[in-house]
Amino acid sequence: MIGEWLSMGKGLLLKKGEPHRLSGSVEAKVHDLTETCSYGRHATSRPLPGPSPAPYLHARTKHEQSCGRPMDEKLSKKLRILADAAKYDASCSSSGAPKRKSDPDGLGSTVGTGICHAYTPDGRCVSLLKILLTNYCLFDCAYCVNRRSSNVKRAKFSVDEVVTLTVEFYKRNYIEGLFLSSGIIRSPDYTMEQMILVAKKLRRDHGFRGYIHLKTIPEASPWLIEEAGLWADRLSINLELPTEKSLEQLAPEKDGASIETAMAQMSERIEEAREERRHFSPAGQTTQMIVGADETTDADVLRKSATLYGHYAMKRVYYSAFSPIPDSSAILPLKSPPLMRENRLYQADWLLRYYGFDVDEIASSAEKGMLDLDVDPKLAWALKNRHRFPVDVNLADREMLLRVPGLGARAVDKIVVARKHTTLRLEDVARLTSGLKRAKPFLITADHHPKARLDKLDLRERLIEKPEQLSLFV
Amino acid sequence: MTIEAPMTLHRIILKTGADLHGFRKAVRWLIAEELAPQHVVFAIDDAPGLFGDETVMDAPPVSIPKGVSRLIEQVVCHGDPERYALLYGLVWRVLNGERDLLEVASDPLVHRIDLMARSVRRDLHKMHAFVRFRRMQGELERFAAWFEPEHFILEAAAPFFVDRFRSMDWTILTPIGSTRWDRHELTFGPPGRREDAPDEDSFEEGWRGYYESVFNPARVNPTAMRAEMPKKYWRNMPETAAIPGLIQTAAQRVERMIEQEATMPTKRTPERAIQAMWDQEPKTLEELNAIIAKAGPLVPGATQAVFGEGPHHAEIVFVGEQPGDQEDLQGRPFVGPAGKLLTKAMREAGIEREQAYLTNAVKHFKFDQRGHRRIHAKPTAGEVKHYRPWLMKELELVRPKLIVALGATAVLALSGKATPITRSRGRAKFGAYEGYITVHPSYLLRLPDEATKQEAYEAFLNDLRRIHDLAQADLNTGELPLAAE
Ligand code: SF4
Repeated sequence: MIGEWLSMGKGLLLKKGEPHRLSGSVEAKVHDLTETCSYGRHATSRPLPGPSPAPYLHARTKHEQSCGRPMDEKLSKKLRILADAAKYDASCSSSGAPKRKSDPDGLGSTVGTGICHAYTPDGRCVSLLKILLTNYCLFDCAYCVNRRSSNVKRAKFSVDEVVTLTVEFYKRNYIEGLFLSSGIIRSPDYTMEQMILVAKKLRRDHGFRGYIHLKTIPEASPWLIEEAGLWADRLSINLELPTEKSLEQLAPEKDGASIETAMAQMSERIEEAREERRHFSPAGQTTQMIVGADETTDADVLRKSATLYGHYAMKRVYYSAFSPIPDSSAILPLKSPPLMRENRLYQADWLLRYYGFDVDEIASSAEKGMLDLDVDPKLAWALKNRHRFPVDVNLADREMLLRVPGLGARAVDKIVVARKHTTLRLEDVARLTSGLKRAKPFLITADHHPKARLDKLDLRERLIEKPEQLSLFV
Repeated sequence: MTIEAPMTLHRIILKTGADLHGFRKAVRWLIAEELAPQHVVFAIDDAPGLFGDETVMDAPPVSIPKGVSRLIEQVVCHGDPERYALLYGLVWRVLNGERDLLEVASDPLVHRIDLMARSVRRDLHKMHAFVRFRRMQGELERFAAWFEPEHFILEAAAPFFVDRFRSMDWTILTPIGSTRWDRHELTFGPPGRREDAPDEDSFEEGWRGYYESVFNPARVNPTAMRAEMPKKYWRNMPETAAIPGLIQTAAQRVERMIEQEATMPTKRTPERAIQAMWDQEPKTLEELNAIIAKAGPLVPGATQAVFGEGPHHAEIVFVGEQPGDQEDLQGRPFVGPAGKLLTKAMREAGIEREQAYLTNAVKHFKFDQRGHRRIHAKPTAGEVKHYRPWLMKELELVRPKLIVALGATAVLALSGKATPITRSRGRAKFGAYEGYITVHPSYLLRLPDEATKQEAYEAFLNDLRRIHDLAQADLNTGELPLAAE
């Protein structure tokens, strides 16, 4: 059996016990498999999988010229420039696409939650090949490293180069797919068309079923959005700045109204397609706001987020601490990125979406609209609303348990189920959450009552944790 | 003091690795023999048959909750030799009065097993994430990878790679076994060695460059990185070679960026950006049609786009649903049976077809193929909307006085809302445009008997006469379009 398994190709059998070397010499003896390239050659008809296979996504037969060709230095250089330029986009997720498998001639699959294939030393996830088609740009957004007035090195990929990189990286299991964005060259329409072409080629010529996230250019014609969603798993437009005023100041060519029009168009189409079981950006849309480049308060940022979630069914609003960029513009702060602030915004965002808080509740526990940097927003709220505690872990309803600092949604769900069978003691709760220290002053268990501790003035001070390294929601 | 009778211990031997089969069999027998966990020990040995080992006999299946059996499947993959004893303890309690034990997540045993299951799932996930294929030398495209999982997860991990790399020929070698997919079949084999996999790949250099470039030195946070990508995985991931250097230089790089005086933007005017946005707008129907042709169909089917037809500044625009079989073949709108009927009715109502502009809401023929026949398939509301921006642009370029919606799809396309024809037939407003709603001529063709057909045709003709009058009246009075009514 082992010998059989070790047969590395037809007509070649390695003996048991012999190490099975997978080197070139093995193939050299195999003549009956003649393929040189797994994709393209067999490409015939590959409807994109999903609720309703769309027959118009027929593949066209085409040879992949790049197969097996090593990556040349010029391409490597471009990749460095265009990856560097794309890294200020916080979005990395490859989640939310319907589950797909590759077909016998194609490449790629999607899993519900996505996969992080590596982490960079900033703790961020590397999931998609996140690049710009080009970092040349006609626009002049002050916060952006690619603005036309910046003196950075420029480069431009051809459509085929992006396709090759995606396919070859994917085959080596480096990535989940592609996240393509671009500076605006020639015109917004031209740029958008090129990006759509990349997605089309991947899907049609390579039977690519991995993840594709396309950045939408809101200044492009509306029909291009209609087309982009047919090929992409996710679309996004970055609002970048939460207020009209900041946009005007820092991104003179951009216009908040047209950005939101495009978001509305996308969310309508996404919703319709879901109902009709057709493929149109099935993983929804996301957006990003930069934090710390303008004067907007946390409360206003969160208000904007709440609107975005409500109006356009955003899957996710990303917050990106404004980070110094090479060749920075004079109208922006030059300092380390406000990472803690970014982290608190993410936490507050989660309270909005999964913990039943509304913006005003969070805003009310913020000072002058800014979140407390020393304690997380849920703890901040609890400290300002001590009269609502302590909460009995064995009796309180789910809504109230969700408001206990240190108890996450998963822990709360487990508590609610477990207490049907048993009465929970402190050590039981300790097994369900890692945040017991924060929870304790607010919680009653069978063997614990915080009593007066809750009223102590120094409670906040005692609960401030020396910030561990931030864990970013990635 | 009582002296307990010496306890007989039953030794169960299981195979190395995730011996799900052996464990299942053992559980059946142990339960059938009513042997409580404290009387059982599990040992792992590939050469069973030692003195004192139990011979596990076949026994009837045991019914346990789904959640428990799923948990067992995961936890048998764990590397901890105690796993089987813990799992048997769980099964025993579930079968002896604690059927819902898994719901008590706070129970120490449940908690411990849950942690083990999580560790296995995490290891699986990390294997899916961190395996790095290298292309093997030679003409044929084949890939191989060396990976060191923490638990016995090779068999559980393999299907993921099949689903993803079905058209590739690949091998994964690990210290606990190997697996190969030859594009047809998945096979498992003995442990491999690191040297058995290629030691480089021509894309790794580029990949490392990518990895270095996406790192933002201003956010350096190695702890967060290590939490998700523990060091033990690093040696099989080519990009990690860059890590020490990146961390070391991060602070310095940021300082440099901050110290560097912000540059005053060289004066670059926005004219080109503004010009580009103006230029991209199609300014003629020809330009618009070229864009539509280039984009390709947004609905399934169709061989070519069918554009609108008629004078560029026609007074009346007729909007239908979508081209049919004939239209698709000829590339012209309203040339099939329904189109012929429309042309006839227009003539009778005094409207020259050549003077009107005829187009469709959807520019491609959506159909289902049944044998040789291509059967018209109604576009969904979402599909109609995909075409809407083009239709709006088209109307903007023709600038008609009156837009006639033929049928419900046209109404949807023009108004953005679904409205039944029976209720909205007659004059309408489509945004800023004056409009008129009537039936689609194909509706007339579909009516079953002659009498109703005749009646419906008369009504349609009446609509067309009114449409004709409305357009005329407008011209003669010189008043605002249709203000007279
Ligand atoms: S349009 Fe995009 S790439 Fe260009 S400057 Fe603005 S943000 Fe940067």
